[in-house]
Amino acid sequence: MGVFMKVTVKLFASLCSGRFAVGVFDGGAALTVRDILKSLNISEGEVSIIFINGRHEDVSAAVRDGDTLALFPPVGGG
Amino acid sequence: MENILRIDMGAEGGPKARVEPLGVYAGMGGRGMTSSIISREVPPLCHPLGPENKLVIAPGLLSGTGAAMSSRLSVGCKSPLTGGIKEANSGGQPAQVLGRLGYAAIVLEGCPAGTDFYKVVIGRERVRIEKDNSLRMLTNYDLVKRMREEYGDRIACISIGPAGEMKMASASVACTDPELRPSRHAGRGGVGAVMGAKGVKVIVLDDNGLKARQPKDLEKFRDANKRFVEGLARHPVTGQALPAYGTNVLTNIINEAGAYPSFNFRDGRFDGASKISGETFAELEKSRGAGPTHACHRGCVIRCSGIFNDSDGRFLSKQPEYETVWSFGGHCGIDDPDMIAGADFLCDDYGLDTIEMGVTIGVAMQAGIAKFGDARAAIELLHEVGRGSPLGKILGAGAAVAGRVFGVEKVPVVKGQALPAYDPRAVQGIGVTYATSPMGADHTAGYSIATNILKCGGFVDPLKPQGQVELSRNLQIATAAIDATGMCLFIAFAILDQPETFQALLDLLNAFHGLELTSDSVVELGRSILSMERDFNSRAGFTKVHDRLPRFFSKEPLSPHNVTFMVGDEDLDRVFNW
Repeated sequence: MGVFMKVTVKLFASLCSGRFAVGVFDGGAALTVRDILKSLNISEGEVSIIFINGRHEDVSAAVRDGDTLALFPPVGGG
Repeated sequence: MENILRIDMGAEGGPKARVEPLGVYAGMGGRGMTSSIISREVPPLCHPLGPENKLVIAPGLLSGTGAAMSSRLSVGCKSPLTGGIKEANSGGQPAQVLGRLGYAAIVLEGCPAGTDFYKVVIGRERVRIEKDNSLRMLTNYDLVKRMREEYGDRIACISIGPAGEMKMASASVACTDPELRPSRHAGRGGVGAVMGAKGVKVIVLDDNGLKARQPKDLEKFRDANKRFVEGLARHPVTGQALPAYGTNVLTNIINEAGAYPSFNFRDGRFDGASKISGETFAELEKSRGAGPTHACHRGCVIRCSGIFNDSDGRFLSKQPEYETVWSFGGHCGIDDPDMIAGADFLCDDYGLDTIEMGVTIGVAMQAGIAKFGDARAAIELLHEVGRGSPLGKILGAGAAVAGRVFGVEKVPVVKGQALPAYDPRAVQGIGVTYATSPMGADHTAGYSIATNILKCGGFVDPLKPQGQVELSRNLQIATAAIDATGMCLFIAFAILDQPETFQALLDLLNAFHGLELTSDSVVELGRSILSMERDFNSRAGFTKVHDRLPRFFSKEPLSPHNVTFMVGDEDLDRVFNW
């Protein structure tokens, strides 16, 4: 209960404009990606690709202590 | 585009041009045209540098029209790198001008008897083929400067640098952008070496007095183009991300996905990635008075190319593409944007494929020829290639040859062609494309990254083997068809996600040519092109064992996900079952 946890949050491309590139998110237990987006004031529509530790996840995924969360807007190239 | 211009470089008494009607090639364009001519006319067992090979240069079905995004130029031949059929395509102005000149293809045939080099000048009224040995060993930028002085600014050039003249298997064919920089290249498979073997240094296309090709139904065509452009503007990738950052926006995302091959495919991530990301390049470019938003041809609305200045604000190169930033960057352990842009310029100037050269230098680093991370050594090795020293010639022959010469086991090639910037262990779909494409390892041939990583056109988990064969098959078919239209492949991001934008593309083709194509006919076109290419390769001696990745991808797990390539051989053999 009330376990303190740290999550590394990385924002890329247009998402970091006016925000940050890499930050540490401190929070309580039972967080989801959606909770973190809300607290960073990022709308779900802005985010297209979500990685937790390099694996694709969606906004409802749970985030655990020590995880790295990487968020991207729609991007492409090749 | 009612005619084919054939130039016999080996004709008695000197090169001779003749103009022929389309005949059996009516209705073909771009890759459809190059692969049709090669598969029908070139003996599959011929030597790629000999007189029986042909170099086919073809604009797409919509090139030279008012359709946005329609200036891709296909260059085809039997490849001196892979020994199979090759189509490499390029942006820039030449496809538009060639389309307006009315040629559906230029076919260079035969080989001159001596060592002379020629320039070919094609205008509205006539074709001139002139011996000009004063151009020999000029680099692409110096060559185009000379052509500007001789013919003015209303031209587009298709040329080779010293690498093509030396018939190196990594030599490219350069195309000029709207400002006459020879910075867009048909890079892959050594097409520049075949142009060199034909003794053609440069083809100058004179744009004076030309008009856009006229559609069968002008009103419908305009309406379709409007919807097509709106669709591209509305999609966040083609409307926002590509113009803001260019293709190198991928460095961060591929690195985060653990699919960024660094230190010659040792690791799936690179510590220096953020120093060479698209975000970093875009900021640097803007701070130096250039920028990341530029159109490689007139009529491009995506504008993913850019200009990179040095720290004194002078032009250093075009904005390097993602695969170039990777090949000279993470693959070689280099994280300096200026050095990577310098390598990009040298490749464009000497006329070299940036993927093949960067991968080859990484293989040389693996062999201890230079240290990983030593950017100066990488640049010096590129100069060796440009000078044609014995070491340079080994490197210029590509990664497979260099790996063999230097005794390296880990050589990332399929059919002799270097793998690009996505590790097939962490993106299993692209591994299927690398293994099975008739072109050799080529990400553009069936860009599964879109669906495996970027979530365009759905999502297939990149770390699992399931669903990858179907994904790669469908993308290879769609790509072959798009490559026939002259359309830039980046329209795929919008047409995969937006059915109405795909319909607008069909409407453009139908209104222009008076056709009634449906999505089924597009699939049929793509399949027929792939079948011709596979048939050529089969007659050239390729079997299913050539449709495999190097063994280490199935044996050595890649960090951070500790995955190997898991798609089975029998599944790879199903890709072209339709």
